[in-house]
Amino acid sequence: MAIAAGARKNQKVNEAEHETLLSIRNITKYYDEALAVDNVSLDIRKGEIFALLGASGSGKSTLLRMLAGFEQPTQGHILLDGVDITRLPPYQRTINMMFQSYALFPHMTVEQNLAFGLKQDKLPKDEIRERVERMLKLVHMEKYARRKPHQLSGGQRQRVALARSLAKQPKLLLLDEPMGALDKKLRTEMQLEVVDILENVGVTCVMVTHDQEEAMTMADRIAIMDEGYIQQVGSPVDVYESPTSRMVAEFIGSVNIFEGTIRDDEEDHMTLNCPDLDALIYIGHGVSSGIDERSMLFALRPEKTVMTVEKPDQEFNWSEGKVHDIAYLGGHTVYYVELPSGKIIQCFLANTVRRAERPTWEDSVYIHWAVDSGVVLRS
Amino acid sequence: MLPGGKRWIIGGPYLWLLIFFLLPFIFVLKISFAEAELAIPPYSSMFDWTEEALNIKVSFANYIWLTGDELYVVAYWNSIKMAFFSTLFCLLLGYPMAYAIAKAPPHLQTTWLLLVLLPSWTSFLIRVYAWMGLLKNNGIINGVLMWAGITDEPIQMLNTNFAVYVGIVYSYLPFMVLPLYANLVKHDATLIEAAYDLGARKWGSFFKITLPLSKNGIIAGSMLVFIPVVGEYVIPELLGGTESIMIGKVLWQEFFNNRDWPVASALATIMIGILIIPIALFHRYQNKESQS
Repeated sequence: MAIAAGARKNQKVNEAEHETLLSIRNITKYYDEALAVDNVSLDIRKGEIFALLGASGSGKSTLLRMLAGFEQPTQGHILLDGVDITRLPPYQRTINMMFQSYALFPHMTVEQNLAFGLKQDKLPKDEIRERVERMLKLVHMEKYARRKPHQLSGGQRQRVALARSLAKQPKLLLLDEPMGALDKKLRTEMQLEVVDILENVGVTCVMVTHDQEEAMTMADRIAIMDEGYIQQVGSPVDVYESPTSRMVAEFIGSVNIFEGTIRDDEEDHMTLNCPDLDALIYIGHGVSSGIDERSMLFALRPEKTVMTVEKPDQEFNWSEGKVHDIAYLGGHTVYYVELPSGKIIQCFLANTVRRAERPTWEDSVYIHWAVDSGVVLRS
Repeated sequence: MLPGGKRWIIGGPYLWLLIFFLLPFIFVLKISFAEAELAIPPYSSMFDWTEEALNIKVSFANYIWLTGDELYVVAYWNSIKMAFFSTLFCLLLGYPMAYAIAKAPPHLQTTWLLLVLLPSWTSFLIRVYAWMGLLKNNGIINGVLMWAGITDEPIQMLNTNFAVYVGIVYSYLPFMVLPLYANLVKHDATLIEAAYDLGARKWGSFFKITLPLSKNGIIAGSMLVFIPVVGEYVIPELLGGTESIMIGKVLWQEFFNNRDWPVASALATIMIGILIIPIALFHRYQNKESQS
């Protein structure tokens, strides 16, 4: 089901590939002397769900607040549908936001919360009622229209908050840590439901999150932010399988990083000499390095690192080691393998067989991987 | 049933209220049913042991007397009117103050609150006397007005209702500001951002979000001002004139000038009744609200 959703998403993005809704141009934000956002430029396409992913303090929330109009950028421009909205106050932007704390008005019922924005636009009463009903239906909250926020559960509050931010039919929806206030089980459930609702409405959406799983589940494209700077933008597959920097590789999922020096760099292949490994690292493409950059990083995901008891029958890409630690997680087991140099690497083994015979602590093992499993990084 | 420790802690204030409020009130209530006498104490006793019989004498004459004389009705009405408008003025003045303090940077908040409270560190009486000096015909305000040529002869301010309002609002303002501040400072700023985000302007979000959410602060502050002002004696006595007859002043006269303790007690009992009924009603309304 998740695959089907992903496929649909990709198709949708391809159709509207060249239609840019929101254009962020060279946005820089200083708080007093501290740099919060550093020369960020992004184009958000019509209809996509775009995630800003980063640790706390990475500037992602500041960027979102500038889109909403709560903060003014020190430099740069924000264009919505080609119109410069950089200096517009929040109440004049056709952008709505769902807050992390939901910010539901505690003295109003669910209905009144949903109607609030519509009343500000002075819409006729009938239309307000009709739209509120439609919104309640959209998030399956018809039964709770007369409740006050404190009489709702966390998940219900989130639905109301989402409905309220969609009620004005904004051109752009902003989600600030949308699942931040929910417990883990509910989170997974709501992620898919929220994506369904957003696709149903067809709204363009920029979300901020520190949870990479959430970003990968919900977003069509992800921007990884670090220290106010955008490290990489791409689809979930892009940023996971082809990270362009050590920071991105380490931020998204687990990774084993090997430092090596270039032994051989041709057009169709290259080899790295890594002192931690018994064999050379062979990569199926060259990087056309300069003479002064001989040192490279090799990033290898734990699930692509194969662990066997027998010595692998290959010239490159293997090493001897011994089992240092085992973490059984149910679906898969994480083996921490200690290489002869003392470096510890991670290796995931899917538990496809119940109670299978597996290497145990201190056993001698071999790790190896296929030629195209890892990524070469310059930094 | 509350656990033992809790019962003791709650019991403390209850005991305090019993000894220092309920018991004296029962004495006052008892005296209000007596008749005035030239004796010590100056009222007839309720229980009388004569001819081997216990005579309990409860006289309602004082209450009937109070409703019969227009002076008392006017005094009650004046007190309530005065208290109502003073509360309103305190609210109109105190709300912006409390709002400004609550929105100020945290390190300034304490200083500003202290400034609000600072005047109450000097004696209440001295501060009211100071207002006499300011408001009287040859006082500072009239002096400045005449010096500036705004008026040729002094404006009569002292011994008017205006002076009483000035004195009351000045004295009771902190009681309005503090509960309002305590309420406003807890407000979630993201609610206002959400209101902006949904299209509300500054004033719109104030009237639709901030004001309704500060309802409890407004009620608490208003009660803290209204209730003591109804029984206020010193300010109308010192700053007011003949037009500002308030129940506190009448009470004093009955006790000390007329030495009619029973009538004075009846006055006090009715005053408590007037104050307690709205409070009880409000309490019930609040309980209902929190249950729904």
